[in-house]
Amino acid sequence: MASTETTTATPPTAAAEDTAKDTTGATAKAVSKDAGKATSGADRPDHLAGLEAGLDALETRAAAKVPVWQLLRTKALPPVLAVALVIVVWQLAYHFQVKPHYDLPSPADVAGSLHQMWLQGQLLGYIWTSVSRGALGFVVAVLIGTPLGLLVARVAPVRAAIGPILSGLQSMPSVAWVPAAIIWFGLNDSTIYAVVLLGAVPSIANGLVSGVDQVPPLFLRAGRTIGATGLRGVRHVLLPAALPGYLAGLKQGWAFSWRSLMAAEIIATSPDLGTGLGQLLENARTNQDMPSVLAAIGLILVVGIGIELLVFRPMERRVLRSRGLQPGGA
Amino acid sequence: MATPVTEQAVRHDSDPAYAARIEHVSKSFGRPGARQQVLDDITLDVAPGEFVCLLGASGCGKSTLLNLVAGLDEPTAGAIATPGGRPALMFQEHALFPWLTAGRNVELALRMRGVPRAERRERAEELLELVRLKGAHGKRVHELSGGMRQRVAMARALAQDSQLLLMDEPFAALDAITRDVLHEELTRIWAETGVSVLFVTHNVREAVRLAQRVVLLSSRPGRVAHQWTVDFPQPRRIEDAAVADLSVEITEQLREEIRRHGQH
Ligand SMILES: Nc1ncnc2c1ncn2[C@@H]1O[C@H](COP(=O)(O)OP(=O)(O)O)[C@@H](O)[C@H]1O
Ligand SMILES: [Mg+2]
Repeated sequence: MASTETTTATPPTAAAEDTAKDTTGATAKAVSKDAGKATSGADRPDHLAGLEAGLDALETRAAAKVPVWQLLRTKALPPVLAVALVIVVWQLAYHFQVKPHYDLPSPADVAGSLHQMWLQGQLLGYIWTSVSRGALGFVVAVLIGTPLGLLVARVAPVRAAIGPILSGLQSMPSVAWVPAAIIWFGLNDSTIYAVVLLGAVPSIANGLVSGVDQVPPLFLRAGRTIGATGLRGVRHVLLPAALPGYLAGLKQGWAFSWRSLMAAEIIATSPDLGTGLGQLLENARTNQDMPSVLAAIGLILVVGIGIELLVFRPMERRVLRSRGLQPGGA
Repeated sequence: MATPVTEQAVRHDSDPAYAARIEHVSKSFGRPGARQQVLDDITLDVAPGEFVCLLGASGCGKSTLLNLVAGLDEPTAGAIATPGGRPALMFQEHALFPWLTAGRNVELALRMRGVPRAERRERAEELLELVRLKGAHGKRVHELSGGMRQRVAMARALAQDSQLLLMDEPFAALDAITRDVLHEELTRIWAETGVSVLFVTHNVREAVRLAQRVVLLSSRPGRVAHQWTVDFPQPRRIEDAAVADLSVEITEQLREEIRRHGQH
């Protein structure tokens, strides 16, 4: 910001005119002569209040409201069209028998299989079994991942020690843990939860670490000057400032939870374990029931996306919007 | 030192009360061997209720000195005392928290100071009214203009109820019209609250417009090169002939300081 005032070494009158151009358009001399435009004295605060209100009004931008139909057209229509296109292509592939019908059933066959499950009253049960496992695993992962992430972000030796391991774990497919978990815990819920945690905890912790790393130092300094130090600083400044990164980590953590859960459910099938979507898929495969296999795959996809869209997307959107940031990406 | 230091400062040897006392403060950065001395033997008092402007070229150590007074950093040598408690600090950037509304930003400062919950809301409304932002309590930071943000930041700083307000080029990023208005606001608030202000700027006219005393820092290392008392009365205008006259004199001195660096 180069400001004209600093560079003036001109005689007083010229300097006064110079600055006047910058500000109000009246020279200091003119003002003192013209009593009607008094800028000093008792009426000045009012004059200033009006000026300020004008400046505020000029500079404040109004939030634009997007009509609902436009939102529907730009946000909802494209994915609907894409799904419709997939179904059309699928139907065509079925029609021209790209694969034999027992290998590639029609969309209608798959819908029929879903309808059958619904009539038997089992569909919601399968979904609930998996979703409740995923949710419980995710919640525990949040409870472990959050303090872990905070420690790694704020304590240098901890970061040096386990930071790289945490990043490494994040890129490791958690399905690789299933055989070991089965041996350690047996075919029961512990195995499933262990795999879910190993999948989700690193990404939640890493999300928080990158969220904390991206906090502008200015916020921390501002926090310290108002007395938000130590744990109070963490609670009132650091964590809220890191929230966008943390939420991104949570979203990814859910994706990892869900993936790990499906891997565990498909491999660890046993009558003792309730039937979730993974087991449904595995059972359908053993029975050579291709419509049910595709139905199960579809359910896994829809539930995973549905939870992201219904839970995480709105949460992220709200947080970013309230800070005047645009939710990035699609 | 080529230039003689004029000691026109208001000394308070008889009166021990001061808002800030900076005594023989030096500050160096960097590892031993490759040290850069930024501040050298700065001694400066800010009297209670006084408005002091700290003036100097970019990079001369103004922010460094303010950070030391704010307690955000430790001096290499010397001592700083601020008997009125933790000073409030305003930055060039508003540094408001975007996850809170304007009012909540102010309330957070009150909360950190231990003001009970029941009083916070009302206190925050009062402070916002003081900076003429009545009704902006629920506004989000991004909904405010640059000038409004700095006023909220001022309200948040005042919420600390500190005897000393430190300001680090708080208006440098604003346009001239808004800056001019905020100069008036600051002068009014300073008169109303009786707070002491240590105001950093590289803008000579701004310094003369606002201050009772202008302190010129030299560069590399920063030393107190010159001081001027500005005794013409508030409210002043930045266009006033007296402001312009003194500005010319101070600018001359500032240029002299800068010139010395081109000579070796
Ligand atoms: N934390 C730091 N580490 C190293 N050098 C610094 C640090 N802070 C400031 N400096 C140096 O100190 C000098 C003065 O900086 P600063 O106080 O920001 O100047 P001003 O606010 O007057 O423009 C600069 O040369 C800058 O590079
Ligand atoms: Mg600075």
